[in-house]
Amino acid sequence: MHSFGFRANALLTFSVTILALLCAIASLSDNLNSPSPSAQVQVLNINWFQKQPNGNDEVSMTLNISADLQSLFTWNTKQVFVFLAAEYETPKNSLNQISLWDGIIPSKEHARFSIHTSNKYRLIDQGSNFRGKEFNLTLHWHVMPKTGKMFADKIVIPGYRLPKEYR
Amino acid sequence: MGWIGETVDSIKSLQIRQVLTQAVSLGMIVTSALIIWKALMCVTGSESPVVVVLSGSMEPGFKRGDILFLHMSKDPIRAGEIVVFNVDGREIPIVHRVIKVHERQDTGEVDVLTKGDNNYGDDRLLYAHGQLWLQRHHIMGRAVGFLPYVGWVTIIMTEKPIIKYILIGALGLLVITSKD
Repeated sequence: MHSFGFRANALLTFSVTILALLCAIASLSDNLNSPSPSAQVQVLNINWFQKQPNGNDEVSMTLNISADLQSLFTWNTKQVFVFLAAEYETPKNSLNQISLWDGIIPSKEHARFSIHTSNKYRLIDQGSNFRGKEFNLTLHWHVMPKTGKMFADKIVIPGYRLPKEYR
Repeated sequence: MGWIGETVDSIKSLQIRQVLTQAVSLGMIVTSALIIWKALMCVTGSESPVVVVLSGSMEPGFKRGDILFLHMSKDPIRAGEIVVFNVDGREIPIVHRVIKVHERQDTGEVDVLTKGDNNYGDDRLLYAHGQLWLQRHHIMGRAVGFLPYVGWVTIIMTEKPIIKYILIGALGLLVITSKD
């Protein structure tokens, strides 16, 4: 009953249980945080806008993205993955989401930023629907915890429109 | 003489009983592990509810040896989600983030493009030859939770099988020799 093996076993079981409990509490404590992030996005320029030989429209644009995501960080936050997606509807597709820019925010100090960039991933339609197309720019973020549940949210910024002609 | 015979018999029967008890308790451990795994499969709707991260392509979010909990629901797949997918002709599933989604108006089918956070380009090079998009049936689940380091146990065991055998042998020996 009081052999070394039994004591080692009891100690191991106990410490693993406590560790699991602490991880669960750390993850649950994220729910207490009610963040209030803000974001502004401007399309500064349409660099070029054309139809590819295979018939799909492609556009390149320059963006200015500024956001304050500091309130997303808690003591259980490892990083925040943030990305800007163009979202629009076409006759063929009920939803098109195309990531234009993304970044990893490692700490609270870097969570207030303003960047000036052209789209990092190619903005290509499935078809030729871009002329005069109205679309939303949505800033999404995914919070990666040190342990536990991941969560995500977004800010939708509507009301952008592509030019009526290729250029 | 009769008394000695009785004692011997009782010892014999005790040993058989003990061996049986141990066999049953060993069986209980194995079956309960199986029950937990299958129950998780039912609850999460994913054929493998827990996966171990094997590569560094999602660093610094997920490192090698971290554990991800998967969930497969009817909800549509959206950009930004971290999905686990199988590519035809590849055995090991890949954990990467969705960067493009095109969802059909009529059928609701999706075309999905993924990328590892730590990779420079998208995953078209990893897909089957000529494949441009992932479809719904390639996707095994989306990551919902995260636990660091725990996956190292399985990584070590698959890469150094000798450790696995030593561990199984030691545990078996413990179960057989334990008196209670």
